[in-house]
Amino acid sequence: MSTLRKAYVKGVGNTAFGRHEGRSALDLMAEAAQQALASAQLERGDMDGVLCGYATTLPHLMLSTLFCERFALRPRYAHSLQLGGASGAAMLMLARELVRSGRCRNVLVVAGENRLSGQSRDSSIQTLAQVGDADFEVPNGASVPAYYGLMASQYMHRTGVTEEDLAEFAVLMRSHAQHHPDAHLRSPIALQDVLASKPIAKPLKLLDCCPISDGAMALVVSADASTEGAVVMTGAGQAHRHQHLTAMEDILQCGAAQAAGDAFAEAGLRLQDVAYLGIYDSFTITLAMLLEEIGFAPRAGAAARARAGDFSPTGALPLNTHGGLLSFGHCGVAGGMAHAVEAWRQMTQQAGARQVPPPPHAFIHADGGVMSSHVSLLLSREA
Amino acid sequence: MHPSPTPVSRLAAPYIEGLRQGVLRYQQCTGCGGAQTLARYACQHCGATTLAWRDAGGLGTVQAATVVARAPSDDFRPLAPYTLVLVLLDEGARLMAHAQPDVGIGDRVQATFFEHLGQPLVRFGALAQP
Repeated sequence: MSTLRKAYVKGVGNTAFGRHEGRSALDLMAEAAQQALASAQLERGDMDGVLCGYATTLPHLMLSTLFCERFALRPRYAHSLQLGGASGAAMLMLARELVRSGRCRNVLVVAGENRLSGQSRDSSIQTLAQVGDADFEVPNGASVPAYYGLMASQYMHRTGVTEEDLAEFAVLMRSHAQHHPDAHLRSPIALQDVLASKPIAKPLKLLDCCPISDGAMALVVSADASTEGAVVMTGAGQAHRHQHLTAMEDILQCGAAQAAGDAFAEAGLRLQDVAYLGIYDSFTITLAMLLEEIGFAPRAGAAARARAGDFSPTGALPLNTHGGLLSFGHCGVAGGMAHAVEAWRQMTQQAGARQVPPPPHAFIHADGGVMSSHVSLLLSREA
Repeated sequence: MHPSPTPVSRLAAPYIEGLRQGVLRYQQCTGCGGAQTLARYACQHCGATTLAWRDAGGLGTVQAATVVARAPSDDFRPLAPYTLVLVLLDEGARLMAHAQPDVGIGDRVQATFFEHLGQPLVRFGALAQP
């Protein structure tokens, strides 16, 4: 093939995040997917590719085709993909490649999970802790917050980031979520609330951690643009340098900058071309580290940019205007897709009360594991 | 679910067996001499597949420290709050382990061993000043 096609994000859909008592992963996925088809103005028969994530509450060998059967789809290409929190961004990158190569015309990317109501909190926390090494890490009574707490302690020691700095991002994400009717956590919080919230894994406190939610997200990646505005996927990159925190060689270069560098190079764009950020924020430390390693703030400088209002809807670089994982909520794979869904809504002027000046270029970044797997995406509005 | 008293992977068996005997073991590449963090099939430095298990001296430096207040399971609730650390062993391998509560980043530490619900574990404590 001589030339690659363009791949557009053509439509999006979501359920509210929060508690959906009695609804299964498939129930939630179907709601988000139905909305995405409507948004993309496509019929079931138009979908020739389906990528789906995983659900810890529904371990299944063939989740994608299970979903297709229930949702009445007969694609020519389908499978699920597992890359922790980076799954959503990785699926979007793959959907782009499937469209660019000509293999598919319309790819549905969908994930959802009843992670909050479908299991006990302990069960959820233990399932997630297994992302640690089974012989060297998990037997210590470690948990995902413990891994991130360890990482935060080292990053703060190396760079001078403070607990007050981290708290800034919890407040920011909550202030954004207040304007999204589908967000899980919307009651306002102040810096002092974050600092006084109960300790989880030092230096992380309850409000430094994202909640566990139920919910689903879906996007359609297509060879055709949306009538609401043409949003092209102009660049993508990945980096995978370690799986376990113990094996992370350099806390200042965990792979985020490498993935972002590839995405920017492919798109022919620079950091300063971007006017909207959708950055993974499982914990406040995640957001600070990613912003600083990728270069949207100097080391230990991300919080200063937040305080200056740069990441607010009225600032130079609006960040996670839906409220991020920290406040919109986190239900697994779909949690990491919400950042891309919101970026698309902002770019096509469908963000309602949250609408910012439509950004010409948006940058999306997600990480899986403990800063283990990194996926960066660039979205660009076509004139 | 109780932590498994046996190694989860055969690859890590010499490490777990070492803990039972009160010895910290790590993999070393017999080609380039590089120390491995965790257990691997190939050298993280040069890619060689000739790795041997060595006994470490048990001394290292703390790189990261947290206090877990919210234990992930009933098994660990009786220990909470407990301190976990990442320690760079003098031999070059990194290890996640428990630590005495007064241990902080940059501290020189020494490994001791304890058992929790049948699982042999490491707890680092401050190295006595020479």
